[in-house]
Amino acid sequence: MWEYSKKVMDHFLHPRNVGEIENADAIGEIGNIACGDALRLYLKLKDGRIVDAKFKTFGCGSAIAAASALTEMVIGKTIEDASRITNQDIANYLDGLPEAKMHCSVMGMEALEAAIANYRGVKIKPTEEGTIICKCFGVTDNIIKRVILSNHLTTIEQVTHYTKAGGGCKSCHPEIQKILDEVWAKGELVTPKVKPPKKMTNIRKIQLIQETIDREIRPVLMLDGGDVELVDIEDNTVYVSFRGSCTECPSSKVTLKSTVESKLKEFVSEDLVVEEAGL
Amino acid sequence: MKKLVYVDNNATTRVADEVLEEMLPYFTEHYGNPSSMHTFGGKLYRKIDEARAKVADLLGADHSEIIFTSCGTESDNAAVRGTLEAYPNKRHIITTRVEHPAVLSLCQYLARTGYEVTELHVDNNGLLDLEELRSSIRQDTALVSIMYANNETGVIFPIEEIGEIVKEKGITFHCDAVQAVGKLPLDMSKSTIDMLSLSGHKLHAPKGVGALYIKKGVKFKPFILGGHHENNRRAGTENVPYIVALGKACELAKKYLAEEQTRVRKLRDKLENEILFRVPNARLNGHKTFRLPNTTNISFEYVEGEAILLLLDEVGICASSGSACTSGSLEPSHVLRAMGVPFTAAHGSIRFSMSRYNTEEEMDYIAEHIPPVIRRLKEISPYAAEIEKLELARKG
Ligand code: FES
Repeated sequence: MWEYSKKVMDHFLHPRNVGEIENADAIGEIGNIACGDALRLYLKLKDGRIVDAKFKTFGCGSAIAAASALTEMVIGKTIEDASRITNQDIANYLDGLPEAKMHCSVMGMEALEAAIANYRGVKIKPTEEGTIICKCFGVTDNIIKRVILSNHLTTIEQVTHYTKAGGGCKSCHPEIQKILDEVWAKGELVTPKVKPPKKMTNIRKIQLIQETIDREIRPVLMLDGGDVELVDIEDNTVYVSFRGSCTECPSSKVTLKSTVESKLKEFVSEDLVVEEAGL
Repeated sequence: MKKLVYVDNNATTRVADEVLEEMLPYFTEHYGNPSSMHTFGGKLYRKIDEARAKVADLLGADHSEIIFTSCGTESDNAAVRGTLEAYPNKRHIITTRVEHPAVLSLCQYLARTGYEVTELHVDNNGLLDLEELRSSIRQDTALVSIMYANNETGVIFPIEEIGEIVKEKGITFHCDAVQAVGKLPLDMSKSTIDMLSLSGHKLHAPKGVGALYIKKGVKFKPFILGGHHENNRRAGTENVPYIVALGKACELAKKYLAEEQTRVRKLRDKLENEILFRVPNARLNGHKTFRLPNTTNISFEYVEGEAILLLLDEVGICASSGSACTSGSLEPSHVLRAMGVPFTAAHGSIRFSMSRYNTEEEMDYIAEHIPPVIRRLKEISPYAAEIEKLELARKG
């Protein structure tokens, strides 16, 4: 038996905002019946603000609770603010979820991202990018990397709890381990070189950089069919590479570089500079 | 007190009052060690043998063929490992894909340590193909371990037919009968089974005691080493109160065997029919006839099992599910998947397992509460519209 918080049980037994929105401005859908849970999120917007949210979900108690919580959290927020919601925020809102159920909060976050992408007219959902690592649950390397970073995960078991990846035939375990190694090895590489600003560990810094890129920068670039990827970090130099329509336009690159840099300075550290990788 | 309808008896059962009463004096009054030289302890030997005789009686075995263990899982481990050790040159094991983890996980572990394991398939009804068994047997097969009845679906295997095939080749045949003992008539004196596992807490004895039947003459090396207990076949000071309890529980099981077959079966059939009749998109898992009298496993398509259980829990109904979320893994029940139950149905499977303590009124109570629970979850489900379309198509 799971130890669910009172809040989880409340949202499970009395889910808020169940249903569909006709003429929704955004619909985000994630999961499928074979995986054991699925969530369809509907958003209604007015002047860039979410005025209504509804959901339908197939899943266990905590999946229903997470979806219900998500709708409560986003109503009244601007799209920008909503896009900043992480899976951890959803779990916190519910006074925590059992670790083995954290994937329910990730599902909420992914559905929200899908809905926002849908609203912004981005054709590919951000979650569908990358290469599939876990065939059993259709989880990509991008998702695994992000969730590892934003939730400080260090073991395969945790990755499974948060993303489901690796929870089936287990044949993807070596690849998940590789991703874990890569993510955290980067942190170690940087360790001796960077003078971290007070109290910020290197890992935290990388995390923040990745998060800022994912949350603040990429959604904006994607609007214009572009994208940016974090390549490496050395001292205070952040190497990125631009993709999609960004690469075709040399003049815009300059502006892009400074946009990325100013965002990183704002959210992570004043000392950061941005370079394009491979130049 | 909140209403409680307990229909999860394949998970564990309540201890019978008679059993509890019988065992209690062995904690504070007769607490001696049966191995002691003094009468205070030594006299307990007789009590253990009386209990042994009762277990043997239920199984149609000789009392010398029974050893007491700590649980069904230990019995299974002792049987499998004890046989492999007795035949060190044989490296092949045959079992099934639907075994209880007590056997299946052990075999999968052994497979990683150099043994070869064949897991026999089952069909959509959960039944074996005996031809597959026949063709899987090899020169170096040490053991065939096949369950009597499945804990999740209740499906019963044709154990004697299986045993004949196995014994034709002179191979040791172990049967995990944890779910069958007390629910089906057994007679080891006429059986092809060489070793049989049983567990106390599945038949109204407490948790923490089990037994293993080992047919006379069958080669077996002890699994737990130490003192001379259990005729050198299972070391460890005898758990006297629990052994006494298991003896009593077996005596009662024999007395109530007919009731399991008639009254309990009727309760099960009633509940099953009501649910299948009242709930659209409900389907039965497992062969309808070759089944334990107390078990029914029903899938509610397009809804998720854990959510069903939580809502049933709210009204005091205790059942279990083969859904991923409750199995402790992310994939639904290995039994249902081996049977090819589609994911849409496996995630929403619920098992009800009755006992002689259940009543008809309780079946009505469950049958009443199931349809609104399922309806409520379907309303939340994004597949509801699709279901409706399906239902319309079916009708029209
Ligand atoms: S491929 Fe990841 S668990 Fe099967």
